[in-house]
Amino acid sequence: MALTQADVLAGLKEIVEEVAGIPAASIELDKNFSDDLEVDSLSMVEVVVASEERFGVKIPDDQVEELKTVGDAVNFIVKASA
Amino acid sequence: MSAQRRVVVTGLGATTPIGGDASSTWAALLAGKSGARTLTEDWANTIPVNFAARVAVDPSEVMERVELRKLDRSEAFALIASREAWKDAGSPEVDNERLGVVIASGIGGVTTLLEQYDILKEKGARSVSPYTVPMLMPNGPAAHVGLEFKARAGVHTPVSACASGAEAIGYAFEMIRNNRADVIISGGVEAAIHALPMAGFAAMKALSTRSDAPERASRPYDLDRDGFVLGEGGGVLILEEYEHAKARGAKIYCEIAGQGLTSDGFHIAAPDPDGSGVQRAIKFALADAGISTKDVVHLNAHATSTPAGDVAEANALRLALGKDADHVAVSATKSMTGHLLGGAGAIESVFLVKAIQDRLAPPTINIENLDPAVTVDVVRDKPRALPAGDIAALNDSFGFGGHNVVLVFKSVN
Repeated sequence: MALTQADVLAGLKEIVEEVAGIPAASIELDKNFSDDLEVDSLSMVEVVVASEERFGVKIPDDQVEELKTVGDAVNFIVKASA
Repeated sequence: MSAQRRVVVTGLGATTPIGGDASSTWAALLAGKSGARTLTEDWANTIPVNFAARVAVDPSEVMERVELRKLDRSEAFALIASREAWKDAGSPEVDNERLGVVIASGIGGVTTLLEQYDILKEKGARSVSPYTVPMLMPNGPAAHVGLEFKARAGVHTPVSACASGAEAIGYAFEMIRNNRADVIISGGVEAAIHALPMAGFAAMKALSTRSDAPERASRPYDLDRDGFVLGEGGGVLILEEYEHAKARGAKIYCEIAGQGLTSDGFHIAAPDPDGSGVQRAIKFALADAGISTKDVVHLNAHATSTPAGDVAEANALRLALGKDADHVAVSATKSMTGHLLGGAGAIESVFLVKAIQDRLAPPTINIENLDPAVTVDVVRDKPRALPAGDIAALNDSFGFGGHNVVLVFKSVN
């Protein structure tokens, strides 16, 4: 069953908070992972692997660099779960 | 040639089994407190030794969770001790290209390596942390400190097992003396309390098995000593060029005046019973510092509480210092802290600096029957006053592989 955007955003907020220590409240769809949330390339690997586990999707390595913002990741995960 | 650049100590930091910082550690040391405890982890009962000396204050009590998850425990110790030392030095203004870091570790991020290997086996390669390599590399502690303080004169990590911490301070001393830097954050750390390294040391019969009384297990120079107690933590000293320290009005603890380095060429783990490598290191160190055996009033011994090592070292001290050994107060502080491996020479250097400052040699605890083969003057049970005036004190540190390092600390008027 496809996940809703709200489900994915809520889950992703928890993951980013766990990995980067950014409070969930300040994580929004338009936030850029590296510029706004201090998620560097290594931390991004952690976000991706945790997201795969949590949402049961695959995020190929060549897609990861396309995921600049939280919104990019949410949209990708929602589509991948469909 | 211009006059030789002098090197002084202007800051101290430590996190050890008996205190979360340098001053609480020193107070516990003077009070004769042991940091050894029975381990509470499940794995502890699967190996022959179930006790060790964990740090008194866990990194999780003083650092943020998010910062810690990207750090090996040894790296956390390095940051904790360096931040304290830097603050103690008055957070000096220094040209970053004249600021260096030399922080050693004996084994590096061994717990990270083993934990990530467990994850690899259980969950597969994709679940292995992207921080695995920066966490397990032995230069990780030095590198993280270098990043935090933006050190650009060089970041180094000498590795010589249990001599590593002292070798790091010696390396830092040379960097300042040779005009590569004006200020160096130097020391050593270790975080190896884990089933595998402990099983390995136990297999060598190097660890004490006195599990009924862990706090009595580390007993250097006692007739019934049966091995060392593994400790964790680290110590950091801010070394600074003398004129640089004076110009900024820094508090100057003492001077590092020389070092002696030798190797045994004898055995991968056993001490050379002749102790000739140790004797040579002491002679070189005194000559390098331009002092004689007469000037030495205190020595922090390597003395780990192993049957072979303690006597070999004591014999070498007696031979190297001769009759002057009679006025050298010898302290074996591993009786309280346990053996911090690559951190040992660093915390023991912190202790020497405090000893010179307070004019007190810390005690050696747990000696019930002094081994008659020990012919040096061991400070037992209570601290002992050191003389006023100009004094010098030595740090002995040795490592598996036959590494010998002796550092000379001297009071500054």
